[in-house]
Amino acid sequence: MPTDFPSNCPAPLTDHTQVLMAHGGGGRLMQQLIERMFLRAFANPLLETRHDGAVIPIQSRRLAFTTDSYVVRPLFFPGGDIGTLAVNGTVNDLAMCGARPRWLSAGFILEEGLPIETLWRVVQSMRSAADAAAVQVVTGDTKVVDKGKADGLFINTAGIGLIEHDLTLGPSQVKPGDAVLVNGDLGRHGVAVISVREGLQFETTITSDCAPLAGLVSALLEGGIEVHCLRDLTRGGLAAALNEIASTAQVQVDIEERAVPVREEVRGACELLGLDPLYVANEGRLVAFVAAKDAERAVAIMRGHPQGGGACAVGKVLLDSPGRVTMKSAIGARRILDLLSGEQLPRIC
Amino acid sequence: MRFVDEYRDAHLAEEFGRAIAGVTTRPWTIMEVCGGQTHAIVKFGIDELLPKSLTLVHGPGCPVCVTPLELIDKAIAIASRPEVIFCSFGDMLRVPGSTTDLLSVKAQGGDVRIVYSPLDAVRLARAHPERQVVFFAVGFETTAPANAMAVCQAAQHRLANFSLLVSHVLVPPAMEAILGAPENRVRGFLAAGHVCAVMGCSEYEPLAAKYRVPIVVTGFEPLDILQGIYMCVIQLEEGRAEVENQYVRAVRREGNSAAQRLIREVFQVIPRKWRGVGEIPQSGFGLSAAYERFDAERRFDVAGRSVQEPAECISGLVLQGVRKPSDCPAFGTRCTPEHPLGATMVSSEGACAAYHRYRRAPA
Repeated sequence: MPTDFPSNCPAPLTDHTQVLMAHGGGGRLMQQLIERMFLRAFANPLLETRHDGAVIPIQSRRLAFTTDSYVVRPLFFPGGDIGTLAVNGTVNDLAMCGARPRWLSAGFILEEGLPIETLWRVVQSMRSAADAAAVQVVTGDTKVVDKGKADGLFINTAGIGLIEHDLTLGPSQVKPGDAVLVNGDLGRHGVAVISVREGLQFETTITSDCAPLAGLVSALLEGGIEVHCLRDLTRGGLAAALNEIASTAQVQVDIEERAVPVREEVRGACELLGLDPLYVANEGRLVAFVAAKDAERAVAIMRGHPQGGGACAVGKVLLDSPGRVTMKSAIGARRILDLLSGEQLPRIC
Repeated sequence: MRFVDEYRDAHLAEEFGRAIAGVTTRPWTIMEVCGGQTHAIVKFGIDELLPKSLTLVHGPGCPVCVTPLELIDKAIAIASRPEVIFCSFGDMLRVPGSTTDLLSVKAQGGDVRIVYSPLDAVRLARAHPERQVVFFAVGFETTAPANAMAVCQAAQHRLANFSLLVSHVLVPPAMEAILGAPENRVRGFLAAGHVCAVMGCSEYEPLAAKYRVPIVVTGFEPLDILQGIYMCVIQLEEGRAEVENQYVRAVRREGNSAAQRLIREVFQVIPRKWRGVGEIPQSGFGLSAAYERFDAERRFDVAGRSVQEPAECISGLVLQGVRKPSDCPAFGTRCTPEHPLGATMVSSEGACAAYHRYRRAPA
């Protein structure tokens, strides 16, 4: 047991005396909270890999373990609902560890007054998503809180997956020259949710990309691709994922704005709202760092998979300015692609 | 995407860069007025395509930046009241006042909401007659018509629970303040396209004539800005000082007369304090006498606050084009987007924040 963490030590120094929404926004404030509070308090080597899940060696096998909580508003949106998110999100975190997801837990925090019909729809979605991802929900918990103390329904899922190969995946494996790939167009989930939440009408309905990615990852690994690191592009989008990896791996990640796939309707909505699609959340998208020699084959394998139809290369790993993400702009100049301080907020004009 | 991709063509951008270099024979300093243009210049790296002898300086056209600290303190005081639903566009929420910001007020239980239109705030007022709904009316001439419309609707519905906290500022008086300053080095302007879409171009003609500066009404996409610079340099080289319109797809000389009528109905021109710059005569809108019952400053009695800005901050000089963000010793060290010392670091459209986000030197 570590002795250098007395229970009476003062709260770690953060820039704010209370929790702000931005502490969960995937930007710099969240990073600060994790580094200054959670990593300090719980310090251990598994946690310090700072991956989407922990990879735990047990005798000759390795298993992956992760958890995530789901608090989306509205509960239902085009392309999914909180139930599909709760299964796919955790499945995807396991997949990013290179594991085959097997078992999930489901914890429900229900607000008094929630229609049973709503809960049933969510549970049915979870069942279909679990079937599609070939995982089972094997344990669970239910709590009910007073009206007004939760936004209808919160779900926590934890998951266990088995690692059935000898590769180590993670930022530490990223090497200069690696190709940076994504499996499809970005920004749809975040824009789908904000459109419904804020009642914004666009010409076409934008549907979330919510999907399980374990099959796609298996296809890459079984295809013999030298995969170095995988990350799903949830909160904070591609920009946040690349920044985390660049900073942990101490490499420079350089991407091309023109190469990043974003659908017309998502770009339109983002232009209108003053959002940058590179920072918008996805729920069925990943970034893969693979050895340059395998890049073309990896793209081809992904394109042959239902979750990778729009796969493409967006950039590469350099060593010039470690910790930085840079981007060649649409008109050819190069700039920094930074972490945001907090949440993206719509602009005045 | 139509109307966007055409204006971000890398090949045409390079050609424009070469054309500008071809007509530039002397050093010139040009100011883009609007923060949206500053953001685009830094984000796309437009200035990297220009000849070294051209200097772009960044103007005062960021409404978030120039909103005085005491007004943000007033917003915070009003938003903290239990009966109030405080509505604002998103980017005002994290601007620090002298002690806290609106996001922190929300974290402490204040009812602070992001809306996409002031008319949403009117709808909220109708839906919650027992609450006081306040909209933070920040912006240049561009956002004034919608805010005026909100007040008109509130008057029509006889809403006693709707008010505006007004911080409206006007572009031409700010340009005149810059041109009249002894340290001014701006020789030509790219005027703010969207402001002119509302107000038209003619109010810039006396400025161009009096101070002998070319003023080119310019859009916001990379090719718009490059064409605006090209037109401005040609005028400078030829010794002309006229108002020209690059942004013809959005701006007519007379502007939007229906919007102007609405503004005249609801607002009157008053002196305003600009953060970082100070008071400029006749440089903003306040509610006219007929609508002053919708003035949140009167309703909540928050008048008469005054706050000092950090002495180290040079944002006033940055806003007037006298200094560049990178000239400041505090830039990126004691002054960051998380801990801004002043106006131009607080909003993503402020010149200092744009420099910080897109082009800090490699770590």
